[in-house]
Amino acid sequence: MPDSIVRPRLNPKARLRLDRQTGRYLLLFPEAGLDLNHAGSDILRRCTGEHTTEDIISELAAIHAGTPAAQIARDVRAFVGTLADRGLIQDAA
Amino acid sequence: MKMLYRPYTLIAELTHRCPLRCPYCSNPMESAGSEAELDTETWLRVFDEADALGVVQVNLTGGEPLLREDVERLIERAAERELYTNLITSGIPLTIERLHRLKARGLNSVQVSVQGARQPEADAVAGGSFFGRKLEVMRWVKSAGLPLTVNVVLHRENLDGIEDVIRLAERIGADRLELANVQYLGWALHNRTALLPTREQIERARTVAAEAKRRLRGTMDLCFVLPDYYADRPKACMDGWGRRYLVVNPEGLALPCHLAHTLPGLSFDNVRERPLTEIWHESAGFNRFRGEEWLPDPCRSCPSRTEDFGGCRCQAYHVAGRTGAADPACALAPDHWMIEAARARAVDQAETPVVFEYRGTHRSVHG
Repeated sequence: MPDSIVRPRLNPKARLRLDRQTGRYLLLFPEAGLDLNHAGSDILRRCTGEHTTEDIISELAAIHAGTPAAQIARDVRAFVGTLADRGLIQDAA
Repeated sequence: MKMLYRPYTLIAELTHRCPLRCPYCSNPMESAGSEAELDTETWLRVFDEADALGVVQVNLTGGEPLLREDVERLIERAAERELYTNLITSGIPLTIERLHRLKARGLNSVQVSVQGARQPEADAVAGGSFFGRKLEVMRWVKSAGLPLTVNVVLHRENLDGIEDVIRLAERIGADRLELANVQYLGWALHNRTALLPTREQIERARTVAAEAKRRLRGTMDLCFVLPDYYADRPKACMDGWGRRYLVVNPEGLALPCHLAHTLPGLSFDNVRERPLTEIWHESAGFNRFRGEEWLPDPCRSCPSRTEDFGGCRCQAYHVAGRTGAADPACALAPDHWMIEAARARAVDQAETPVVFEYRGTHRSVHG
């Protein structure tokens, strides 16, 4: 469940790859896939199991200085939570 | 912006041959034998062309795809193209050695079918003694570290055992459970009266599935597909005709769905004769039901048309008799009474013993 995820990483069943047609990232998993926007790819590419959700939030807040940090924190937690519910993200800890 | 017509998934039907003989088989009732199948080189070219078209997933299916010896080479090429490969198998011809070989070549996920949660019933449907082996294959898949989808086709005889099916999938550690109600086309339409459940059965199963889905959230992805016959609105069959899916059948026909060539008055091209990109964009068959020009009433002015794209063309033809009709599964369709009549027959016959007609194991029709 989302609250228990400290260091998010992709479930091994899912694969992140660049879509040559659009230049965006796709998250592929058994018999389905997600077409990710920039915000989604920025988060998912950091879900390697090495960084905590808080690390990811701080890093993205530093990159997007114009966006309120609270909003970034909310977006990242919601996104990680949704993907965890779908079994696409798990905790590496 | 997503492209309007871009195939994300290639459904590669490698063969129609199969050791099982399920009475709801979705393969065409007449299918070619092995001598008519595409050769390895052609499949490799199809994968290359599919990649160029934008395909990112390939489902290796059939029939039983593992009856072909070139699955290893096909997976290797798919992996070179970064395609996510799903092997959809009965499990029967698989060995643990071959599974590891397929994984080493780049296989990403495996779907194993099982015909019910109890051996005698499941084997009666599959037409042989397969149940134990299937469970063993599922355990191999998990121990090889591959994601496992368990697929169970539901019908009148096994629907009430849905809890057992869910427990079985949990025990095995499935990552995904597909509870797929029979789609009444091909062999299943032929056996419809024996297979169609009652509304009470469906409602109960739906409640059980919804509860399990909540309970298993994050650990097992549970997917319950309501049968068209008990839905008020049709499904977006194949996500819309020629929009997201591309099927190449064993003989090389490129199709928007695996039964499209059984519809009269449509023409489809063969990958042996024409490049896939050209077929996808230009062939008459693919363009026939794209867009909204062709839509009948009442779909034409229906707000759902952008969600269901008019429903299933095969169902329109096989039930209502016209490929361009509104899908009779829709409660708004003029031919919906035919679906209601089929449901009424299912209720009438709910107490009579089930008799199926099987596809013959060695049946092969040439021509």
